[in-house]
Amino acid sequence: MNLSIKLPGLSIKNPIMPASGCFAFGKEFSQCYDLSELGAVIMKAATKEKRFGNGTPRVAETASGMLNAIGLQNPGVESIIRDEIPFLKEKGVPIMANVAGRTVEEYVCVTERISPYVDAIELNISCPNVKEGGVQFGTHPQLAGEVIEQVVQVSHVPVYVKLSPNVTDIVEMAIAASQAGASGLSMINTLTGMKIDPKTRTPVIANGTGGLSGAAIKPISIRMIHQVYQAVDLPIIGMGGIESAEDVLEYLLAGASAVAIGSANFKNPFICKEVIDHLPKTLERYGFSSVEQAIGGVHHEKAGSHLLRS
Amino acid sequence: MINELMSILSHEPLAEDTYRLVLHGKMVHEIKEPGQFVHIRMDGFYLRRPVSISDYDPLNETITLIYKVMGDGTEALTKQNHSLEVLGPLGQGFPIDQIHANHALLIGGGVGVPPLYSLAKQLRRKGVSVTSILGFRSKEEAFLLEDFEALGDVHITTENGTLGRCGRVTDVLSEMAGNCDMYFTCGPTAMLKAVANDLPDTPGFLSMEERMGCGIGACFACVVPSKDEKGYKRICCDGPVFRAEEVVL
Repeated sequence: MNLSIKLPGLSIKNPIMPASGCFAFGKEFSQCYDLSELGAVIMKAATKEKRFGNGTPRVAETASGMLNAIGLQNPGVESIIRDEIPFLKEKGVPIMANVAGRTVEEYVCVTERISPYVDAIELNISCPNVKEGGVQFGTHPQLAGEVIEQVVQVSHVPVYVKLSPNVTDIVEMAIAASQAGASGLSMINTLTGMKIDPKTRTPVIANGTGGLSGAAIKPISIRMIHQVYQAVDLPIIGMGGIESAEDVLEYLLAGASAVAIGSANFKNPFICKEVIDHLPKTLERYGFSSVEQAIGGVHHEKAGSHLLRS
Repeated sequence: MINELMSILSHEPLAEDTYRLVLHGKMVHEIKEPGQFVHIRMDGFYLRRPVSISDYDPLNETITLIYKVMGDGTEALTKQNHSLEVLGPLGQGFPIDQIHANHALLIGGGVGVPPLYSLAKQLRRKGVSVTSILGFRSKEEAFLLEDFEALGDVHITTENGTLGRCGRVTDVLSEMAGNCDMYFTCGPTAMLKAVANDLPDTPGFLSMEERMGCGIGACFACVVPSKDEKGYKRICCDGPVFRAEEVVL
């Protein structure tokens, strides 16, 4: 079974990567399995200076998912280059750097610094948990276009734009990213949500709102990827609620070329490895001989052909 | 750290809303020190539940947990009687091998009491005298009293006065602290802060609790500000036990 896939900047042996923010910089998970098993690693967001993030509690469980408001805590781009990237390089796994910022200048500066050390950039214009930057860029096509254009200019590697689902029209945002020079898309970031504790009559998460992730958001992500695949000619890294090889196949069929596994790493730290191990059998069971063959499959079906398969 | 399907040897109520769970499995051989915890996965719940290890026995391969029903997840845990998927042991406990003291003061509040039990036993084994202050909301919620009494002096406080001194652990702290050259405390953060403030000149260790995500240090959900250059500690993997001077409460 051929699981390999070629994407801008990333020649990966399988389409599975841990999602940004759910894997830190890999050290913790290297206790669980060899990180070279992964298609790639998407690192936790990098900002120019170190950030402490939001107050605690920062997570809350919800039905089939969770809310988080970590607030982009990270040691800053210089420390990531010095203390984190060498470890991943040593493992021989392709690296994607998630870049965040408060201003266009910060996005540009972080990209300039970090891009020579990684294989691709994931531009985070969609974090819902910080007051400045993040999602304000990700919800206005014009603002998004401006920051993407400038980042693409300085980046040494292809730039994937991580889209926010907290918009009325996801296609409009995808088109803006494409026109601004993005090489690919990451879909989707979390949906803004809230949970209230009836005992204290306050939100459970200190930040008030948090980003909803987990199985609960998978249908939303599948729908958005399905829409964007038809409208924009860019490879898509799909994410949102992936817990099994079947979920991966669903994403591939909707139009994703690779996937990222996020919150599921928290309930099962071995999940990425397990999904990679199960993927060949799952693809085979549904009649595919490679990952490549499944990409966008839902769009290529002819009328009535599903009757023959069912 | 391993993920193991552990069999349940016994599971019984210990006090009001409080249960004792004895698990059997190989994980016990991985435990380094008292104060570490396990992360329990249950069907129907998206996140695991962290529970501190109260006692462990490598010879019989058992791990004893004592937990309180705090919500739907721990309520569902009370119904489990066959086996559990457990990730652990996690975190840094009390560094028992490096502890040099003559007389230790243990201060536990509510479900902060359990991890101190294994610590108390191991301190005694090292020849350290142990005095314990255990605080509960009421007599009905109190537990492990005889177990601690077998290891040294015990002072009980309850918030409603139904057992021991009416009040909080800090109300008896000043009377006990004089003889002790080291303290160990576990409980709600407000209690840890009060204890640390009351014993500024005594070396001490705090065991913290917080809502957790992954439990292994990757998600940054359970951080606490620290005094070092980095500025934070992750409770799940840098702790849950810290030297009192390491963290900012």
